[in-house]
Amino acid sequence: MWSYLARRAVQALFTLLIITVLCFILTRLSADPMAQYATSQRMSLEDKEALRERLGLNDPLPVQYLKWLGLALQGELGKSFFSKQPVALMISQRLPNTLVLMFTAEIITIAIALLLGIISAVRQYSLTDNIITAFSFMGYSMPIFFIALGLMLIFAVQFKAWGLPYLPTGADIWDKQDPKELLIHLILPVSCLVIIQTAGYARYVRTSMLEVLGLDYVRTARAKGLTSRVVLFKHALRNAALPLVTIVGLDIPYLIGGALVTESVYAWPGMGRLFWEYAQRGDFPVVLGILLIVSSAVVVFTILTDVVYTLVDPRIRLS
Amino acid sequence: MATGTTLDVPLLDRELTAPPLTPQQLIWRRFRKHRMALLGIIGFILLLAFIIAGSIIVTEKRANEVDPKGRLTGPTQTHWMGTDSTGRDLFARVIHGGQISLLVGILAVILSVSIGTVVGGVAAYYGGWVDALLMRFTEAMLSIPSLFLLIVLGKYFGKDVQSFEIFGRTFSGSVVIVILVIGLTSWMYLARIVRANVLSLKEMDYISVSKSLGASDVRIFFRHLIPNTMGAIIVASTLGLAGAILSEAYVSFLGLGVQPPTASWGNMLTQAQQFIQRGSWWMWVFPSSFIVFTILCINLVGDGLRDAFDPRSAKHV
Repeated sequence: MWSYLARRAVQALFTLLIITVLCFILTRLSADPMAQYATSQRMSLEDKEALRERLGLNDPLPVQYLKWLGLALQGELGKSFFSKQPVALMISQRLPNTLVLMFTAEIITIAIALLLGIISAVRQYSLTDNIITAFSFMGYSMPIFFIALGLMLIFAVQFKAWGLPYLPTGADIWDKQDPKELLIHLILPVSCLVIIQTAGYARYVRTSMLEVLGLDYVRTARAKGLTSRVVLFKHALRNAALPLVTIVGLDIPYLIGGALVTESVYAWPGMGRLFWEYAQRGDFPVVLGILLIVSSAVVVFTILTDVVYTLVDPRIRLS
Repeated sequence: MATGTTLDVPLLDRELTAPPLTPQQLIWRRFRKHRMALLGIIGFILLLAFIIAGSIIVTEKRANEVDPKGRLTGPTQTHWMGTDSTGRDLFARVIHGGQISLLVGILAVILSVSIGTVVGGVAAYYGGWVDALLMRFTEAMLSIPSLFLLIVLGKYFGKDVQSFEIFGRTFSGSVVIVILVIGLTSWMYLARIVRANVLSLKEMDYISVSKSLGASDVRIFFRHLIPNTMGAIIVASTLGLAGAILSEAYVSFLGLGVQPPTASWGNMLTQAQQFIQRGSWWMWVFPSSFIVFTILCINLVGDGLRDAFDPRSAKHV
C-alpha cells in the first residue's frame, strides 16, 4: 500500500508539473496583459515599456515560467493586472460563495439520485423506471444554460409578469448577513445544477443497485424472510453505494472550480465567474491561479478517492 | 437424420448447419433489439433531412438578413420561430446554425478520435517512458476542468481570426478554431480506452506471429491492433459527437466560439440570454430544443452501440 502510494505521489507530481507548463504557456500567450493600456493616452511609450519591464513581461518565457512557479510554490500567486489585488485574496473571497452553491447542489443531487436510482432498480422496466430513465437521458443531453435560462424565464421573468411571487436572478446584490436572502438566491442556481447532475448519478445508482440485487447474498437475505426494506437498505444499498463513493470523490475537486455557466447566468460571485471574467480580460495571474488550485485538487482527490475506497471496501487492495 | 432438400430439414438441423454469424451480424442483431437506439437513429436522420432540405430551400443570405424594424418579434406567419435582436429570421438561423453545429461536431470528433487513437495506441505499443510521458500528459489534460480548458484554448487560438471562403461561402475563421479547440480537448478518454485495449491485444499470439513474419510496426498497428479496438472507438466517437456538439454550444454561448453573423445553436443562445429578461422566450426555446433533441438522439444511438459491441455492459441496463 505505501509503495503504491509513493509511486502514485511521484506520478502526481509529474502530472502537476505538466499541468503548470501547459497552463502557463496557454494563458501567458493567449492574451497580452498590456492590452488594457494600448489606447491609454496618459501613458507614454516609455512608461509602457517600463511597466512591461517591472511586471517581468520582457523576460524570456522559460524565465517567466520559473519565476512564477517559484513564487507559486511558496503560495504566492501574484497580483491581478486588472484589479491590482493579490490573486490569493481574490480567490479566498470567492471560494466560500462557490462552496455554498456547489455543496448544497451536490448534497441534494446525491439524495435525489439515490432515491430515483433505488426506485428505478427495484421497479426495473416498470412505468416509473421508464419515466425516470427517460428523464435522466434528457438531463444528460442538456447543456446547463438551457435549464438556467429556462428556469430564469419561467420563475423570474414570467412569474413577475403574471404578478406571482418571483425569484431573483442576480445574486450580486443581496444582504450578506441575511440567511433568508441567501436561501432565496440559491434556489434557481442550485436547481439548475441538481437537474443536470442528478441524471448521471441516478443512472449510476440504478446500474450498481441492479447488479447488487442480482447477487446471491441478497437472495439469501430474502430467503431468510427479512423484510424487503431491510434487504434493500441494510444489505443491498450498502454495497451498491460503494461505486458512488468513487464518483463523488472524483467530483469534489470540481466543486471548487464552481459552475462557470450557472454562476455567470445568475451573477453568482463564485470561482467560475471569477475565472470567466478574468479569462476574458487576459489577466493571466488570476486565470493561472485558479487553474493551478483546481487541477491540483483534482490530482490530489484522485489519489485520496482510491485510498478512501480501500477503507470502505476492504476487498480491494492497492498494489 | 433427415435427408433430402434443405426445406425438409427440421428447424434444429438447419440452425446447426447454418454458417455461424459474423461478429458484425451479432452486433447488428443486438443493436436492432435496442428500440431506443433505433428511435435515436430515426430522430437523427429526420434532423439531418430537416437541415439539409432546409438549407436548400432557405438560403444562408436569408439567415443573415438584418431587419431592424421587425426585431424581437415572436413567432408569426412570416417568421415561424420569431426574430432575434437584429431582426434575423430564427427559423433560417436554426437551419444554418444546425449545419455549423453538426459540422463542428463531426470534424472535432474526427480530430479527437485520431489524436486519441494514436496517443493511446503509441503509448501502449511502445510502453516504457513513451507510455509514462504520454499518460502523464493525458492525465494532466484530464485534470483541468474541461470548460476551463476550452476557454483557455479558445482564447489562445482566438487571437486573430480571419474569414475564409469555401464553395463560394464565407466562413468565419472562428469555426475552424472551435473545431481545433474541441478536438484538442476531448481525446483523453478515448486515448485511455485504446491504450487499455492495445495493452491486452499486443500480448496475443497473432501479434507475435505477425512480428516474426516481419510485419512493420505501422502495419501491426493499423492492420491488427486498431481494427480490433474498433468497437470501442466507434462507441466513443458516437458519444463524443454528442459531447462535441455540446461543447460547441457552451463555447459559442460564452462568446468564444462561432462568431456572428455565422449562426450556430450556441451563439443564438448568447443573444437569448441578453433578452430573456424581456420575455423573448422564442429565442431560447427553438435553438435549445434543437440542441437537446440532437444530443438526445446521438446519446441513444451511442448507448445502443455500446450495448451491442459489449454485451456484458448490457446485462442489467
